[in-house]
Amino acid sequence: MKKHILIIVIIIGLVSCSSDDGNQPIPDILISVTNSQNWDSENVTASDLGTTEFTDENGEILIIERLRYLISKVILTNSYGDEIEIGNYKLVDLTDNNTLNYATNIVVPPGTYTGISFVYGFNEEDNMDQVYLDLNTASWNWPEMLGGGYHFMQLDGTFTSPTNQSPLPFNYHNGTARISEGVFEQNFIRVNVDGLSIDSNTNIDIKMNLAEWFKNPKTWDLNVLNTGLMGNYDAQREMNENGQSVFSVYLGD
Amino acid sequence: MRCFLIILLTSFLMSCSSSDDTIEYQAIPKDLEIPQLFSNLLLPPTIPSDNPQTIEGVTLGRKLFYEPLLSGDGTQACANCHLSENSFTDSDRFSTGITGAIGTRNAMPLYNMAWNFEENFLWDGGAKSLEEQVSDPIENVIEMNNTWPNVVATLQSTSIYPELFTQAFGSSTITKELVTKAIAQFERTIISGNSRFDQYLLGDQNTVTVSEIRGFNIFMDEERGDCFHCHGSNSNPIWTDNIFHNNGLDSSFADLGLGGITGDPLDNGKFKSPSLRNLAFTAPYMHDGRFETLDEVINHYSEGLVYSETIDPLMKNIAEGGAQLTEVDKADLKAFLLSLSDPGFTINPDFQNPN
Repeated sequence: MKKHILIIVIIIGLVSCSSDDGNQPIPDILISVTNSQNWDSENVTASDLGTTEFTDENGEILIIERLRYLISKVILTNSYGDEIEIGNYKLVDLTDNNTLNYATNIVVPPGTYTGISFVYGFNEEDNMDQVYLDLNTASWNWPEMLGGGYHFMQLDGTFTSPTNQSPLPFNYHNGTARISEGVFEQNFIRVNVDGLSIDSNTNIDIKMNLAEWFKNPKTWDLNVLNTGLMGNYDAQREMNENGQSVFSVYLGD
Repeated sequence: MRCFLIILLTSFLMSCSSSDDTIEYQAIPKDLEIPQLFSNLLLPPTIPSDNPQTIEGVTLGRKLFYEPLLSGDGTQACANCHLSENSFTDSDRFSTGITGAIGTRNAMPLYNMAWNFEENFLWDGGAKSLEEQVSDPIENVIEMNNTWPNVVATLQSTSIYPELFTQAFGSSTITKELVTKAIAQFERTIISGNSRFDQYLLGDQNTVTVSEIRGFNIFMDEERGDCFHCHGSNSNPIWTDNIFHNNGLDSSFADLGLGGITGDPLDNGKFKSPSLRNLAFTAPYMHDGRFETLDEVINHYSEGLVYSETIDPLMKNIAEGGAQLTEVDKADLKAFLLSLSDPGFTINPDFQNPN
């Protein structure tokens, strides 16, 4: 019985296509997303982990061992003000290609859009403790004593400086800022990019310039701020300030 | 042209009806018994599509796990080095194989392996699935020292196993693949999720002490224990990230760990973070069993870190030799860690020797 129904449905589907002949609509565009990383003009990939030296604004030489960060609420806005959510959230891991380049199941009409926005980390509404099973499984949680929810970024590595030639570790971890016991401050960053033309371009490339975390507006001194930063309110806020210039968005094929 | 396509498609679909008469053997599916805390917080466990859990498969796998015929001289089973009372490891630093040879790594405890989502098993990630992991000890000359052809022939010649394989897989012809599948099915059922701290996380405030709670806070405090970045948390109650780290044990490496598998010098000295469940039963500790007590483990992270080029940056207090915990902090941390042990797990009748 099921087979007969299936056959009928297929036949109807094939026959019904005939009305489109000669009047093909402009196809919608399937959106894909790239999360790429660079250190100013140099691309940063997994092959750089543990090997490539980067020099920060303050003169320290860094070697990155691990980079994971969270991007959420990627939204396209069209000229009518309609919002199209491209993705809920993605934990980006420099060693996991599936998080660096991925196809969405979102199709959008071609044309000019007023902008794209996304959130680095989670906004207050989304940053709920323990609710995302995949992020729990990835040990991405932010301790409850620091406000709970989830990490926004985990950037680990080692550095040397003119005054210290022995490599020292750094853990540039970002998330909710703890003001005092039981008092917390949201620390996410909303990024807005205006005026995008989506025609043949189908890929949204969200670029993170890692160098910006260390230089603008605060010149980060790793000799002072290297580890134990999660509960350091001032450090968390300064990460947020520097993070404002970290991201950019490009469209491509 | 379209009409021709429709006719062709219709004919094809009609012709499929003859295959309905073929009945493939299907053992009875058996879901894993997932602890409530796991289902509340974690992704569903990993079950390979080509080896679904079945009642008959688990029964066979359990029998094989305790079967000494798997070893070269018929004296050792998997369970000889993976004892239930020790959370499926043993109390030796290195286990002894059938020839009297001694291994070079501490036997890993076995539990909650279906939540190892990257499926990198063993201390060095040398096995890429649970089924593959089963294979190695049987052939390892310093462990069970057998060959797979001999294992298969031995089991095939028994009066009982061909029938058990028929019940589990629909074929009395025993193969290496089916042996490893059955044992892997049993191993996936070895689940530990009912410690006192689990009960606390599920809402029973009376199951843990003040000291254990203080210890948990040290565990979660980046400025003190900072254990949670590698060893799970109240949000990831597997209590491991199942990832490989160099945790500052040595300045050079006699055992390369992950680097011996990948060939990448950057991986030298990296070993998998073990789960912290059931530490009350799993001494000695570390990949080489160098620490006989939990106190020694805590002292290592507090004062004993050693620098090497691949040391994980999360070993952040390397310049000071470790986290410099106070004696009170150490005692509280130890108390918390032991609250993750689950005595009922070690005597669960479903995991005992059926032979």
